Amino acid sequence: MKLGLIVNPIAGMGGRVGLKGTDGPEMLKKAIELGAKPWAEDRAVDALKALLPIRDSLTIYTYPHKMGENAAKRAGFNPEVLGSVGEETTAEDTVRAAEDMRRVGVDILLFVGGDGTARDVCRAIGTSLVTLGIPAGVKVYSSVFSASPKAGGELALKFLRGEVSEVIEAEVLDIDEDSFREGRLSVKLYGYLKIPYDSNYIPGGKVPSSHSESYDREAIAAELLEVMERDVIYLIGPGSTTKEVMKALNLDFSPLGVDAILNGELIGKDLNERQIIELISGRKAKVVVTPIGGQGYVFGRGNQQISPEVLRRVGKGNIIIVATRGKLESLRGRPLLVDTGDEALDVELSGYYKVITGYREYTVYKVVPASTLES
Amino acid sequence: MGVVKVRRGFHEARWEEPIIFELSNEGERGILIPLDDKIRREVGDVLSSIPEHMRRKDPPKLPEVSQMRVLKHYLRLSQETLGADLNIDIGQGTCTMKYSPKVNERFVAMVRELHPYQDEETVQGALEIMYKLDLFLREISGLDRFSFQPGGGSQAIFAMASIIRAYHKKRGEERDEIITTIFSHPSDAAAPAVKGFKVITIYPDPETGIPDVEALKAAVSKRTAGMIVANPEDTGIFNPRIKEFCDIVHEAGGLCGYDQANANGIIGIVRAKECGFDMGFFNLHKTFSSPHGCGGPAVGALGVRKELENFLPVPVVDYDPERKLYYLNYDLPDTIGKVREFYGVFPVVVRAYAWIMALGEEGLKEVARVAVLNNNYVMHRILREVRGADISYPANKRRIEQVRYSLKKLKDETGVGAEDVIRRMADFGFHLWTSHHPWIIPEPLTIEPTESYSKEELDEYVEALKEVLREAYEEPETVINAPHRSVIHKIEDNSWFSDPKKWSITWRLFLKKHGGKL
Amino acid sequence: MSHPYIPNSVERVKREMLSYIGVSSIEELYASIPEEIRFKGRMNLPEPLRSEYELYRHMREILSKNVSCEDYLCFKGGGTWPHYVPAICDEIAGRAEFLTAYAGDPYEDHGRWQALFEFESLMAELVDMDVVTVPIYSWGHAAGTAMRMAHRINGRREVLIPRTISPERFLVVNNYVDPALKLIKVDYDKESGIMDIEDLKRKISRETAAVYFENPSYLGFIETGGKEICEIAHEMGAVCIVGVDPSSLGVLEPPSHYGADITVGDLQPLGIHMNFGGGLGGFLATRDEEEFVREIPYRIFGLAKTVKEGEYGFGDVLFERTSFEKREKAKEFVGTAAASHGIIAAVYLSLLGPKGMRELGEAILQRSAYAMKALSSIGLKAPKFKAPHFKEFVVEFPGRKSVEEINKELLKERIFGGIDLRKHFPELGNSALYCFTEVHTKEDIDRLVDALRRILG
Repeated sequence: MKLGLIVNPIAGMGGRVGLKGTDGPEMLKKAIELGAKPWAEDRAVDALKALLPIRDSLTIYTYPHKMGENAAKRAGFNPEVLGSVGEETTAEDTVRAAEDMRRVGVDILLFVGGDGTARDVCRAIGTSLVTLGIPAGVKVYSSVFSASPKAGGELALKFLRGEVSEVIEAEVLDIDEDSFREGRLSVKLYGYLKIPYDSNYIPGGKVPSSHSESYDREAIAAELLEVMERDVIYLIGPGSTTKEVMKALNLDFSPLGVDAILNGELIGKDLNERQIIELISGRKAKVVVTPIGGQGYVFGRGNQQISPEVLRRVGKGNIIIVATRGKLESLRGRPLLVDTGDEALDVELSGYYKVITGYREYTVYKVVPASTLES
Repeated sequence: MGVVKVRRGFHEARWEEPIIFELSNEGERGILIPLDDKIRREVGDVLSSIPEHMRRKDPPKLPEVSQMRVLKHYLRLSQETLGADLNIDIGQGTCTMKYSPKVNERFVAMVRELHPYQDEETVQGALEIMYKLDLFLREISGLDRFSFQPGGGSQAIFAMASIIRAYHKKRGEERDEIITTIFSHPSDAAAPAVKGFKVITIYPDPETGIPDVEALKAAVSKRTAGMIVANPEDTGIFNPRIKEFCDIVHEAGGLCGYDQANANGIIGIVRAKECGFDMGFFNLHKTFSSPHGCGGPAVGALGVRKELENFLPVPVVDYDPERKLYYLNYDLPDTIGKVREFYGVFPVVVRAYAWIMALGEEGLKEVARVAVLNNNYVMHRILREVRGADISYPANKRRIEQVRYSLKKLKDETGVGAEDVIRRMADFGFHLWTSHHPWIIPEPLTIEPTESYSKEELDEYVEALKEVLREAYEEPETVINAPHRSVIHKIEDNSWFSDPKKWSITWRLFLKKHGGKL
Repeated sequence: MSHPYIPNSVERVKREMLSYIGVSSIEELYASIPEEIRFKGRMNLPEPLRSEYELYRHMREILSKNVSCEDYLCFKGGGTWPHYVPAICDEIAGRAEFLTAYAGDPYEDHGRWQALFEFESLMAELVDMDVVTVPIYSWGHAAGTAMRMAHRINGRREVLIPRTISPERFLVVNNYVDPALKLIKVDYDKESGIMDIEDLKRKISRETAAVYFENPSYLGFIETGGKEICEIAHEMGAVCIVGVDPSSLGVLEPPSHYGADITVGDLQPLGIHMNFGGGLGGFLATRDEEEFVREIPYRIFGLAKTVKEGEYGFGDVLFERTSFEKREKAKEFVGTAAASHGIIAAVYLSLLGPKGMRELGEAILQRSAYAMKALSSIGLKAPKFKAPHFKEFVVEFPGRKSVEEINKELLKERIFGGIDLRKHFPELGNSALYCFTEVHTKEDIDRLVDALRRILG
């Protein structure tokens, strides 16, 4: 059995000293000046300890020193060390490490860090390997992380033993750094990573296996196609659930942007707010969106192109929400959220929606303004 | 005063009993069949009357076991089963595990050898019981006519979906949407889908756990065929605006079906009729005491308003006052046909009839009231005294006959979850159930006391639960690795349930795939 | 006064519990139920029989108005049949543990899981197929499920069924497959009763999801052309479903040997009393192929390892298929069905073993053969169909007295005559379906023939 380990040594340091993240060397310097110790390594050790029962049959592949070698040895393993790094590690090192692990053919790649680390891993290998995030960052919005380092280690153990039959595609989110530091959260959907799934170890509900998640998305697309009307523009928001309808129509699309369909044809791809408004001017239009992120944001996390202006023109009655059953269940009864940036509009958009959750299947679910909830 | 104790010494029977095939010895016989020599002399070799290609050449590879050994084998397996009769069975929430009076088994024995096609005059006793139980359930529900044909709650739901479909088809209306709620039984969604309906499921208000009228308004349309819901729901929460729900569905042109699996706390207090339902069913093997039999056979007694009578499955039982005879009436012009061959599981009907006769109106109301008292007592004890357990939807503390709890706090604080706790409860001789899927409530437990257990028994259950949760805090390994005193040990490797190369659904597959070795 | 079924109906105890909760009456616990919907009237139910003896007398009085097939001779079959139930079957059926268990886990209810796993395994040997589900409601429901499974596998919308299908099962299947499937009836050969192969070839097409037939037929004859029917079905890409009476499988080839993809049937002959039609229990068996197994809507129990070496555990195979996991996405629906009948059938099959099943089949064939001979000797067409039969056959009576009248007179002789076929099979004329099993002695059959001779004059 082979396990890949990548530790982002500076992840999480900013949060501890009151900074919001440590992306970029200036911020890191500031963090170290403020006395932040690298605690990602501690988290890595916690996770790895759970794997000791299979130490004899497990080979850990990792990068030198602070990028994983130290943590592995501290946990009691004798790792295979690949590659080389300089004094200061960068995002590029994470990318190279992930690529090297793929070359080696690890069964699962554990990465210890935050959203930034997840993004780097995603950039390097996408969904070509099974991965799992061990949370050690301030920004941990992506759905790829385990509930805790120990939970992550235990889940990896189960996976290696063949006791986890479910592998799902989980969202990697990309937070706009400048906005974030100014206290505003502006999130984009960056991509997906493949993770083993067990409700006991991943925050969220019991989500069906990827076999049925993809089946569910196809079913939703089938239903959407049946109810779509002629001579109406459909704005298809980002998310693999929404884009399934593009695939069903054999159309080109932008996975992370907003595309437009009219009578089964693509009439706009990766549109920004301006372009959308121009396109729908004076015409009947509907918006198709899916909740993004672990907290279930229908608007405001990754689809800001569908701006308040667009939404006012389209109208509440023309908003179609699609989501797999698993997605709704992972909310554990909490409502879906809207955060368009326009609080009055958020209130208007709130209420109960008939969400398409499958072929001939709907779920009536509550949507509330994000501001009504505690952060 | 009764005694309350936590049975720390309890150990369930553990016979390590082999699979029946492993007991086989060539030549042993369990029972002999009467081969009539006199007949054989008259007819000769009968096997040759079957054409060669249809004659079984290789005998079935059934085990050969002598009689006492077969008896011993199955008696041992029964000892390894925790029936309601043997334990304080309040942990199987939504199942209504109440006392099934033993005297009713004597009555069941009296109807064993009745053939359903016997001339009606020779089964007047059976028909009378069916007729009278129909009348009783009309009083209890306010509905106008009952059929006992459905073989369980899910089949009754299927019958309701069939009736809804037939009703709209007859009126020439294209309606293909059925509304239900996430905390009604999963079959309230699954059965209508079989009948071609689109299913719209309503999630409740996140704070109160009660389905919202606004949600229903979002769900209805001009294609609404009907609504099928439970009330109280599986959380134990009663939707107080249920009449409004039915009104809204009626206004939209749909029919309302009542899943009364959770009737035990409201018999005689709330009826289908006053809530506005057009039809509904009772599980005679839940509320009306027929024993569960490991999972059937059972009866979902289906009732409808007068207007829908003609759609019921055939036959129904009627009484002819002139000839003073009960008879089977197949003349229902719009009948959906049948959901089950013959008339339903008659022994279950007999037991329900006897149970109602033993209790009467006041007795039934007392059943409901004490079930609610017991449930609220247990709930208060758990919430006050058991650390780590919370109620689902804590903003709303009103429950009727059962409660869905959440052990999320326990999980967060100790890493021990609901599934671990239920395995450890087995070590004290108890069942405990989580929830149907999906698990909206994290780490759920559902407890339904019913009216059948004494205060001391309820206390014993709570004490055991307290003990297990205490262990979760102080010695979590004990709970996580449970059970220790049950029939078998923990099953951790789930790959035998999902991997086609491993799954061993039958003994012969086990031999083929694993060589008979675990 | 406290009722024996309600321990906490004792006033003192109620007060203690209310006091702990902090309310003064149970009424307060119903606060969430608004006044407007409360039932305020009286339920018009009889005065309760509070003592057990009174209840016993009452029930005995009503039930004594029944006549059973142990009092009279019963020659009726038609979907549920008079068989002998071994004492051990009743003994296990009556065990409090099995009788009152329900849905416990494979730990504290291990016995129930093992018993049902053994049921699956024993049936698998009887029908010679690798996968058997836990018991289903009835044969009709199992047949309907098998047809829907075929539809899900090949997407087609028609099912061919024999015109001789059991009328009861037809009504069940017809409601069950609507609206997904259309049922088309295939004619039968007037001489032998078996399915008309030419008509089958005419009606089968690329729209056919499945071909279903019963063997033995509802009318008792053996579908000797079973192999050819299955071949024709397969050539057209349709699934072949066969319904069987399991009591025949000691002497008849199981359908899997002549091409069936799915075998269904009823468990009642395997140690379960008729119970006025309540003794039914369906079963469904298929091959261990993912394509089929994934389409099965019911629970399937399977063997598993526990953390202790060599210890048998059990669990649900592919639980995500059933509606408990996936609600309406699921294949059909599943609920409380007929589990205890499965356990009783397991006991029965364990008692009989291979030799017992063969003897059972032989005994039944013997009785039928003797009855045919004896009935023919008084001028009746017995059997009407020129074919080998098992357990049941059609008897045609001369026109002067209807079957209805004959049966009325047989009743006076304390005999339940065969099922009147006039309503469902008018083309068979003045005919009845007679059933003979191992419970009938030569004297019983002689008594029947004797009575008929007198009645027919």
